[in-house]
Amino acid sequence: MTVTISPAVSAHVAEGPDLGPATHLSCRECDASTPLGPFYACTECFGPLEVAYDFGRVSRERIEAGPRSIWRYRDLLPVPADVAETPNTDPGFTRLIRADRLGTELGIATLWVKDDSGNPTHSFKDRVVAVALAAARQLGFTVLACPSTGNLANAVAAAAARAGIRSYVFVPRDLEQQKIVTSAVYDTTLVAVEGTYDDVNRLASELAGEHEDWAFVNVNVRPYYAEGSKTLGFEVAEQLGWRLPRQVVIPVASGAQLVKVDKAFRELLALGLVEGEPPRIFGAQATGCSPVAAAFKAGHDVVRPVRPSTIAKSLAIGNPADGPYVLDVTRRTGGAVEDVTDDEVVEGIRLLARTEGVFAETAGGVTVAVLAKLVREGALDPDAETVVFNTGDGLKTLDAVAPVVGPVGTIAATTEAFDALRVAP
Amino acid sequence: MSSIVAVRVPTILRTYTGGESDVSVSVADGATLDDVVSALETAYPGIGARVLDDSGKIRRFVNVYVDDDDVRFASGLQTPTPDGSRVSVIPAVAGG
Repeated sequence: MTVTISPAVSAHVAEGPDLGPATHLSCRECDASTPLGPFYACTECFGPLEVAYDFGRVSRERIEAGPRSIWRYRDLLPVPADVAETPNTDPGFTRLIRADRLGTELGIATLWVKDDSGNPTHSFKDRVVAVALAAARQLGFTVLACPSTGNLANAVAAAAARAGIRSYVFVPRDLEQQKIVTSAVYDTTLVAVEGTYDDVNRLASELAGEHEDWAFVNVNVRPYYAEGSKTLGFEVAEQLGWRLPRQVVIPVASGAQLVKVDKAFRELLALGLVEGEPPRIFGAQATGCSPVAAAFKAGHDVVRPVRPSTIAKSLAIGNPADGPYVLDVTRRTGGAVEDVTDDEVVEGIRLLARTEGVFAETAGGVTVAVLAKLVREGALDPDAETVVFNTGDGLKTLDAVAPVVGPVGTIAATTEAFDALRVAP
Repeated sequence: MSSIVAVRVPTILRTYTGGESDVSVSVADGATLDDVVSALETAYPGIGARVLDDSGKIRRFVNVYVDDDDVRFASGLQTPTPDGSRVSVIPAVAGG
């Protein structure tokens, strides 16, 4: 099918960067308009800038004929039409798994897992970085950089290596060893910073003001970068046969992913690529860093920052930039934001592994545990089709489960020794 | 007596400071962040309204630090800014 959202579509005039269907940046707070460029905060009110588009004609057929990566959705992203031809990690089109055994365990009739651990560096961050890299090239940046809780560091380091450009990544000093190694191996300039992620983020914001040729993917090119998360929503819809699920459970760190998945669903509806109602969107946090869940439960529309303390380090953002918008989206769609303890996170990881053969990182443990809690509390409809997101790979957070799983015993290499273990059949 | 407070200016506010990324203001002893913002507005007219909203509160998407502390964890605009302290104004829209 083909739908025209704007009848008066003409070829975009080639002025400035070629960012495909993107037309300008718009402030989410005060609607002030800013030209496409390396801008991320509104000069009027500091509000976040959002990419605005003129999509023209977009069809299912054209998308389906595209590459098996996020670039099949290039007509819906702020990237040039030939984006797939420049060196990048070609992320996306990860599997959507029918999760009947997990569904049975939790009492959910139709459950799917969107397993984004299958990306090139094993988390959803490859999506956003690929879009940021494409935009950064168009905006004239020569270096890729980021503050990160680990997954983004991996993705930036790998993308920069593949693109042949320098990179700088800044991480909290206490990050998991796995995530440090899986960043440093790409020969990035990896800097461990004393403090929390929020401290690292502040440093990056200051450095972005000093190094004008550095694209801090999630700071000064954040409007473009964040659009990459829309592809999670596009893929879920396409993989369901151009259908929207009724409910989605998404982890919340900065909150950008959840907000962009909602945007993706609404764009697909507006373009006529899918029909029906926007899904109910649920956010998942760890109790040790749950400022958005706390604001949701208290009925607030602002998020009070917290100092994080949780094993779910990839979600440990105490001052989440998109927190207020997560509140807007979850309330508008009839969802909720819920949190779970670290013990529940570990149990969530084990439950997903045991029932579906998917080893999630701690963030995935958070979403599975929140899914379980939402069902228990009656907040989520167990009879409605539901998708739960796993956004990262358990191999990066081995410490979370290492103390609670392992061999049933160590034995001599004899059948007698095995029999003596009395392992249940 | 007066105190000198250093202020780190974010890129989007440097149009008010003639491109300067670091400025300093003089405030009375015992001054708070509120006084620093007022002194900034006097020195660089227009900058105050970018940092504070119409009701005089720090805008939702502005983070302000006095030395290393986010003032939302301290006393907001009433956070003390003693002589030699360093104020950083940073857009909140970053990270994650």
